Amino acid sequence: MPEKNFNITIIAATLLLITVGFILPGWLTFLTISILAKALVVVGVAVLMRGGIVSFGQGLYYCIGAYAVGLGGKFLGITDLLGLMFLALVAGLVSGSLLGLLMKRYREIFFAMFSLALSMILFGVLSKSQLLGSTDGFTIVKPTILGATLSTDNANHAIYIFACLLSGIVIWLGQRYLRSPMGFAGEALRDNEVRVEYLGVAPETIIYTKYLIASVTASLGGGLMALTLGHIGPEMAYWSQSGEFIFIALLGGTSHIAAPFVGTAVFEFIRTFALELAPNAWQIILGVVLIFIIIFFPSGIWSLFSSLKEKLRSGESGSPSKTPSVDLKKGDS
Amino acid sequence: MTLLLAILIDGLIYASWLFIVAAGLTLVYGVMRILNMAHGSFYAIGAYAAASAVGWYFTLGLPAWGAFAILLLAAISAGVVAGLVVERGILRILHGRDEVIMVLVTYGILLIFEDLIKLIWGIQAYYAYQPYGMLGRSKIGGLTFVNYDLILIVVAALIAGALWFGLNRTRKGKLLRAVIHDRESAELVGINVKRLFITTFAIGAGLGALAGGLAAPAIAVNPGLGIEVIVLAFAVVVTGGLGSIEGALVGAILIGLARAAAVNLLPEIELFVIYGVMTCVLIFRPHGLFALPTARRI
Amino acid sequence: MSLSIKATRFCKHMVVSLTLSTICVAVNAASDDPLKLGLVSFYSGGASGPVGIPSRNGADVIIKAINEGTLPGSYSNSGKGAGGRPVAPVYSDEAVDSAARVTEYRNLVQRQGVDAVIGYASSGSCLAITPVAEELKTLTLLYYCGSTRIFEEGARKYVFRTMASQDVENIAAARYITSLNPKLKSISGMNQNYAWGQDSWRDFKESLDQIKPAVSVKTKQFPKIFAGQYGAELTALARSGADVVHSSFWGGDMEALILQGAPRGVFDDQTLLLTTGGTAFYSLADQIPEGTVIGARGQGDMFAPESELNTWFRNAYKKAYGENPTFPAYYMAQSVLALKAAADKAAKAKGGAPAMDEVRAAMKGIEYASPAGTIKMARANGHQAITGVGYGTFTLVDGKPSLKNVRRYSAECVNPPAGTSSSDWIKSGFLGAQCKQ
Repeated sequence: MPEKNFNITIIAATLLLITVGFILPGWLTFLTISILAKALVVVGVAVLMRGGIVSFGQGLYYCIGAYAVGLGGKFLGITDLLGLMFLALVAGLVSGSLLGLLMKRYREIFFAMFSLALSMILFGVLSKSQLLGSTDGFTIVKPTILGATLSTDNANHAIYIFACLLSGIVIWLGQRYLRSPMGFAGEALRDNEVRVEYLGVAPETIIYTKYLIASVTASLGGGLMALTLGHIGPEMAYWSQSGEFIFIALLGGTSHIAAPFVGTAVFEFIRTFALELAPNAWQIILGVVLIFIIIFFPSGIWSLFSSLKEKLRSGESGSPSKTPSVDLKKGDS
Repeated sequence: MTLLLAILIDGLIYASWLFIVAAGLTLVYGVMRILNMAHGSFYAIGAYAAASAVGWYFTLGLPAWGAFAILLLAAISAGVVAGLVVERGILRILHGRDEVIMVLVTYGILLIFEDLIKLIWGIQAYYAYQPYGMLGRSKIGGLTFVNYDLILIVVAALIAGALWFGLNRTRKGKLLRAVIHDRESAELVGINVKRLFITTFAIGAGLGALAGGLAAPAIAVNPGLGIEVIVLAFAVVVTGGLGSIEGALVGAILIGLARAAAVNLLPEIELFVIYGVMTCVLIFRPHGLFALPTARRI
Repeated sequence: MSLSIKATRFCKHMVVSLTLSTICVAVNAASDDPLKLGLVSFYSGGASGPVGIPSRNGADVIIKAINEGTLPGSYSNSGKGAGGRPVAPVYSDEAVDSAARVTEYRNLVQRQGVDAVIGYASSGSCLAITPVAEELKTLTLLYYCGSTRIFEEGARKYVFRTMASQDVENIAAARYITSLNPKLKSISGMNQNYAWGQDSWRDFKESLDQIKPAVSVKTKQFPKIFAGQYGAELTALARSGADVVHSSFWGGDMEALILQGAPRGVFDDQTLLLTTGGTAFYSLADQIPEGTVIGARGQGDMFAPESELNTWFRNAYKKAYGENPTFPAYYMAQSVLALKAAADKAAKAKGGAPAMDEVRAAMKGIEYASPAGTIKMARANGHQAITGVGYGTFTLVDGKPSLKNVRRYSAECVNPPAGTSSSDWIKSGFLGAQCKQ
C-alpha cells in the first residue's frame, strides 16, 4: 500500500473510532478499550514473531506497565492520565532495554522459555508482596486528565479517546518501522540468520530493537488496561496470559501491523460467545478455534483481508504489489 | 545432618516425580521437535484413569496388591490411547510446522482436554489413596517417609535406565537416535520416520499418563491438574536441555534438590526457586545443560 | 457432542424464556417480569470441583424452590418468586483473567441486562468487580470471597457480602485452639502462597498473639497454590515439631495435604488445624488424622444449626445431586436467600414488585434465615454479613466421621464490630467482643 494511502486510512480509522465512541453503550466502550490495550501488547508479540522470535513472557511487560501506573498513583501521587501512561512507557523502556541485553542471545524455543521464566519470577515476587495486595492486587482510582477531575463516565470516555489515539500512533510508527531497513532485516532474520549476518547486519541488534519495541507496546497496553480496569494483580504476569497474547497474534496474523487489532477483537468475541454458550465447555471452543486457524489460516485472519484486497487490486491495475506476508510454515533450509 | 538428609530424600522424591513427567516430554521433543503442552493433559488423564480404576478395583474385594497393577495398567493404556488419538487425529496433519506453532497446537489440545476430562469424569474429586499407605513407612535418620514415595525413586531410576537401554541398545532406539540427530538424513537412508513418530508419541503420552497415575494416590484428582504440571515440566526439560533424557534427569534432580533446600531453609523463596534455577542455567548455558548440537542453517 | 446438547438447550432456553416473557407481559407486566440474576463462580479449573459447581448446585436448588414457592420455614408463606418476581439465573465462569472477569461482568449488566449479580469466590475477583459494580450501580452480592479489604478500602453502596470475612474464621481458630490446648507453646503454618493463605496466616498469628502471647512460630510454609506435592514441606513441619499446624488450604490442596501427611504421621503429635477442612469431612473420613481441628467457614454443612430450612436444603440437594451439600453450596444458598429476603421485604413495604433500588435499600442491615442459621448484615453500614463460626475436633465414631468438642462462636464474639477494621480490632485485643463461655 502506498505510504500516503496508509496514512490517510490510519487517520480516518482513528477518527472514526473516536466518533463512534460517543454513541457506544458502556460495555462496548470498555470492551473496545480492553481490546485496544491487549492489541498493543500483541503488536509487540507480532513484531517479534516477524523476526522468528516468540515471547512466551510478554505478560512481564504487560504487568510492569500496569504496576507502573498503579504504583505511580499509589506512591508517587500521580493521577494524570498522560503522566501515568508516560510512567508505563518509561518502565517498559528501562526494563526492556536491560533485559534485552540478556534476551538478544536467545532464539526459538529457548527465547520462549526464558521469557516465560522471567515473567513467572515477577509473578512470584508480586505474589509475595503483601503491601501490594499480593495476588489480590490493588485498586487504581480513575485518572484525572490535564489536571481536571472528571466523572466516572467522562473519565472512561477520556481513556477511550486516548486509547484510540495511542493505537493510531502505534500503528503508524509500527508501519514505519516495518518498512524501514531495520524492519525488513527482521523478516530476513526469520528466514535465515546466517545470511543476514553475511549481509553485514548484526542479528542481535535487530532482535534487541524488536524486543524494545515489544516491551514498550506491552507496558503501554498494560498501563492502559490498568486504567480502564481500575484494578491490577500479578496474574497479568502469569504464563497463561502470555500464552493468550501469542494465541491472538496467530489468530490475527503477523503480516500487517494492524492485524493484531483485528485478532484481538475476534478473540474477545469468540471468548465471550463461548462463555455464554457453554459456561462449562468454553475451553473446547477456544481450543478448536485455535487448531482450526493454524490448519486452515496459517497466516491468520488478516490473510483473508489481504487476499480480498489482492483480488480487488488485480482487477483495477495490472501489477499487484504483494504485501510481504509471513507464512508460519517452516521456511526452507 | 538430618537437615541434609531431609533435603536429599525430599529432593530426590520430588525429582523422581518431575523426571517421570518430563521424560516423555523431552523424548517427544527430541524425536518429533514438538514441545507438547498436551503432555499435561496426558498426566491428568493418567491420574483420572488410575484413580477411577483403583477405586473400582477396591469395590471388587480382590487382594489389595492388585491395585498397583491396575493403577499402572489403567494409567498407561489411557495415556497411550489418548496419545494415539492426538497424533493420528491432529498432529499428523501438522508435521514439519514451526516448533512454536506446534506449541500452540498442543496448547489448543490441552484446552480441549481440560473440558473433555470434565465431561468424562465430572468435577467431583477422585481418590485412590489406598496404594499410598499400603506399603507402610520407613524411618530414616529420625524422619518418617512413606515407602511409596521411596519406591518412586526406584521407579524413576528404572524408567531412566529403560529409556537409556531402549535408545542405545536396541535397533529401534538406534533408529530413533538417528532421527533425533538428523531427521532428513534418517529419512534418506530409508528409516520410516512416520512410524517412529507414532511409536514415540505413544510412549511419550504413556509416560506422561504414568506420571499422573503414580501421583494419583497422594493427591485429590481434580480438574485443572494438567495445566499446573506442564509449566513445571517445561522448566525441567529446558534446564536440562530439550530433547535430552540425561538432561531431563539432571534437570529434575537439580530442581528437586533446590526446591527441597528452599523449603527447609528459606521457605519464602519456594515460589520462584524453580524458575530461578532455570534462569541461572539458561544465562550460562543458553540451550540448557545437555543441549543437542544444532547446525546453523545457511 | 455435549456441546451441541448445550447449544440446543441454550436455544430451548431462549425460546422458552421468550415465549414465557411474552405471555407474562400479557398477564402482568410488573410482578412476573423475571428477575435476571447473574451467577458467577469457578465453573472450570482447579476450583470448580470443590467450590464452583457445588455453589451453582446450591443456587439452583434455592432458585427452583423460590420460583415454585416451596421454601419452608420462615419463607413458607412468602409466595412464588423473590418479591413476586421469578428468578432467572444467567451463569458466567469466574475462571478467566481479571480483565475478562470485568468484561464479563459488564456484559452481564449492560448487555444481558441482569438485575443483580451474585458470585465471586476469589478475593481478587471481588476486589476487581467491586468498583465496577459501584460504577454501574448494580446490586452485587459477594457470596464467598474473604478479603477484609473489600469494605475497608471504601464505603460501598451497591456491593454486599453475605458471608463473613476470612479474618473471622482465623480469629475463631485462635480462640478454639487455645481453649482446646491451654498449654499451647508453638505453632507452624502451612498456607498457600497467595493472598488468601498469607492473610489467613497473618490474622491467625495476630489473634493468637492477643489471646496467648509468647507462642513461638516454628516454621511457616507457603507452597504454591495447586502445587499438589508437599513432601518437602511435610518434612519441614515434622522436623520443627510444633504443637499446632495452622492451614487454610482448601479443596484439592487440603485433601492432598491430608493424604500425604497422615501416612507419614506428621500430624500424630502435632494438631492439624484446618480452617476450611469441612469439604474433606465425608470424602476422606478414614484418612483425616484423629484430633484434627476442622472449621468450615461460617456455619455451613456439619456446623449448620438444626432448622426446618436446613433439613429441607440438605434433602433437596441430596435428591438433586446425590450427595451432601458442602459449605460452598451453603454459602451460595445463603446469598440467593439474601436477595429473596430483601426483595420480599421491599415488596411488602411497597405492596407490589419492588424496583432493584428498593431491594437494595431493604437489604441494608437485613436479618434473614438461611440453611446455615441466621445471617445479619451488620457491618460496613449494613453491607457486610456477620455469622457465627463453628469449630470441632475430628474423630471417627464406629467408622463414621464426627466432631467432638464442638464449639460455636456467636457472630458478636468473632466478628469485628461495625466501624472497626479487622486488624485494629485484633490488635485491640477484640475490644467489646461478646462471647458466651
